[in-house]
Amino acid sequence: MVPISYYLVLSAILFALGVVGFLIKRNLITLFMSIELMLNGVNLAFVAFAWQWKSLNGQVFVFFVMVVAAAEAAVGLAIIIAVFRTRETLNVDRVNLLKL
Amino acid sequence: MLQLVLFFVFGTIAVAAAVNLLAQRHPINSALSLIVVMASVAALFLLMGAEFLAAIQVIVYAGAIMVLFVFVIMLLNAGEEERTPGSRIAKLLGFPAVVLLAGFLAWTLVTRNPYPVAVNLTGRFVGSPALIAQLLFRDFLLPFEVTSVLILIAIMGAVVLASSAGTTAGPGSPERPPAKRES
Repeated sequence: MVPISYYLVLSAILFALGVVGFLIKRNLITLFMSIELMLNGVNLAFVAFAWQWKSLNGQVFVFFVMVVAAAEAAVGLAIIIAVFRTRETLNVDRVNLLKL
Repeated sequence: MLQLVLFFVFGTIAVAAAVNLLAQRHPINSALSLIVVMASVAALFLLMGAEFLAAIQVIVYAGAIMVLFVFVIMLLNAGEEERTPGSRIAKLLGFPAVVLLAGFLAWTLVTRNPYPVAVNLTGRFVGSPALIAQLLFRDFLLPFEVTSVLILIAIMGAVVLASSAGTTAGPGSPERPPAKRES
């Protein structure tokens, strides 16, 4: 049996790597991927706790997190396309105005 | 014992692919690394008895969402990202800050957990689709229905945002003025 703390440490590492990616990457699409990485780390913690308590509620919550991630990816990528149409760049440093 | 080996194999693959996601310059390489991360996280889900979630992880995350990402990368013809030089303080403090963040998260999750070993180790615990469905359509029926509204709104929002119709001076239309650049 794998101790539950191993999974929790792994999920913390994945979340921290997602935070790093969000801060150091300069491409809008890669920023979105870093957010997905963070969500994956959180999902891992949810499933680990569900496994610890032998309760399926945590797994159902992961299901909802995935649904929200799908909605977020759809809307976010549409926003990226809209930004690219007007700015013709994906670099976040050049996207510094709220006005399209 | 086998579970421990599998955990370390897939955990190492997940962390290595996540680091590769950060190291790669081209977004398509990052996307492929993210698919590897998701696949290994799905394997870890299987180790913890979350069968349904492992399947959903592969089908929805590694399948649908990542196809969307790759599609957008190819649609926008995204090239290598440009590096902007950061300040030296950010470079000096960045690495310790990351280690601190990961350490703090892990410390909180592990030490605040009153029972560090899985309770009732003997019982077989499998998140099969039937059990998940019972929970989802009985106890969590209202949230489940609300997510359908959320998905509907997200689809409509994506269509409105990404389509050229509806906006004045429709972007992508022939008479569109050239994109303005702020110096």
